[in-house]
Amino acid sequence: MVALGAASLRSSRAKSEGAGTESEPRASTEFIQSAAAGGVEGLGTNEAVDHLWAVLREVADPEIPVISVVDLGIVREVTPDRVTVTPTYTGCPATQVIERDIRAALDAAGYPRVRIETVLSPPWTTDWISEAGKAKLRAYGIAPPRGRGERAVECPQCGSSQTEEISRFGSTPCKAQWRCRDCLEPFDLFKCH
Amino acid sequence: MPSLPPIRPEDEAAARVRGDTGAFDAPVLEDEDSVRFDYLLRLGDDSLILGQRLGEWCGHAPSVEVDLSLANMGLDLIGQATFFLDYAGKVEGRGRDGDRLAFHRDVLDFRNCWLVEQPNGDFAQTMARQFLFSTWQKLLFEHLVGSRDELIAAVAAKAVKEVAYHEELSAEWVIRLGDGTDESRARMKEGLDWMWRFVPELFEMDEVAQEMAQRGIGADAAAFRPDYDRKVQSVLAQAGLEAPNDQRPILGGRRGHHGEHLGHLLAVMQFLPRTYPDATW
Repeated sequence: MVALGAASLRSSRAKSEGAGTESEPRASTEFIQSAAAGGVEGLGTNEAVDHLWAVLREVADPEIPVISVVDLGIVREVTPDRVTVTPTYTGCPATQVIERDIRAALDAAGYPRVRIETVLSPPWTTDWISEAGKAKLRAYGIAPPRGRGERAVECPQCGSSQTEEISRFGSTPCKAQWRCRDCLEPFDLFKCH
Repeated sequence: MPSLPPIRPEDEAAARVRGDTGAFDAPVLEDEDSVRFDYLLRLGDDSLILGQRLGEWCGHAPSVEVDLSLANMGLDLIGQATFFLDYAGKVEGRGRDGDRLAFHRDVLDFRNCWLVEQPNGDFAQTMARQFLFSTWQKLLFEHLVGSRDELIAAVAAKAVKEVAYHEELSAEWVIRLGDGTDESRARMKEGLDWMWRFVPELFEMDEVAQEMAQRGIGADAAAFRPDYDRKVQSVLAQAGLEAPNDQRPILGGRRGHHGEHLGHLLAVMQFLPRTYPDATW
């Protein structure tokens, strides 16, 4: 998802630069037409999509407020008239709050007609958490999910890898409880999923 | 507020054709959506009822970590139930959503297996139930990932990762208690003895299950019975426990025949929305 987001931003930038040159006068007209059809007035399609991504990057995860829904990798697609999201865990109660928060942010930014759609497939995975998101988790005191085949968990407080699991289930479905044997601090691990 | 949907002329006509079998609301095998609705209730009700059972532990578990584990598993299960029952309501097409199906049906309309409605008992009995169920549910969902029904396949693909945790956690407790003190071992043995007679129902392939498997929507439980038996035997061996003797299997949950425990569970679970039908947060 993060890769998709970055790719669509890149291509939109490339297109808007192209649209600004004299060689492609028709392109900008097309953008305006499709944007009008999509319901975002006064903006070209790509500008609208860029704006929407910017709005979404300000929507915090309700349970881990240091990372945004974009960092978390649950925003799957953005078009001028639709934001597609996917739940993390099947029964995560934050899912409904997230949808409400996104709705409020879109309304406040002037996009009341942009729909929110939820898709289940393909299922969300922690691989979709952005590198920036992982760094923010660590700074917040939550060990980010391990990469595939990575066994050691580093203590987010002191960086030691002398850590152990206390319980596989934590305060939310996505976290496990761990403890550091060096600094003796307990901490949450974002589970690989 | 009635707990059943109103009886329409079509229902009465169907009842006449079916004669005196007493099951005019039984699925019509020739009608795919009718069978699919029943099958979705089975999937959703299993998760809903076990999720509610686990919720009963909240604040009572042996330690705070275990309390969180049980609540988390319950949450996963209720998440599954929400997807399956909401979808069941759409397939049924009579305006019922997941909440309506969860809170405004009576015992006879529930299609869960007997295993999940069994009382929590002590912690060992709860873990015995969880292990026997989650081991089965994980294999089931692994098969349902290939379902022709897109929503069933998507929920299964998502939930199977969560159920893997349930299976692992409960297997670890079966081993730890079975291989623990005389007291913990005796309790785990009792828990398994209680739950064992409800296992055959998980693999019962009645007309609805067969129809769904043939149509590529449901799973053929017989296909993963050997995997299930192997897994259970291996965990029991690590726990130093023998499998209980096979008893007369208890069947019928899939057709609405339940024990006395389910009604009590529903009374607690359904009280609020039935007493205050328009209550919102």
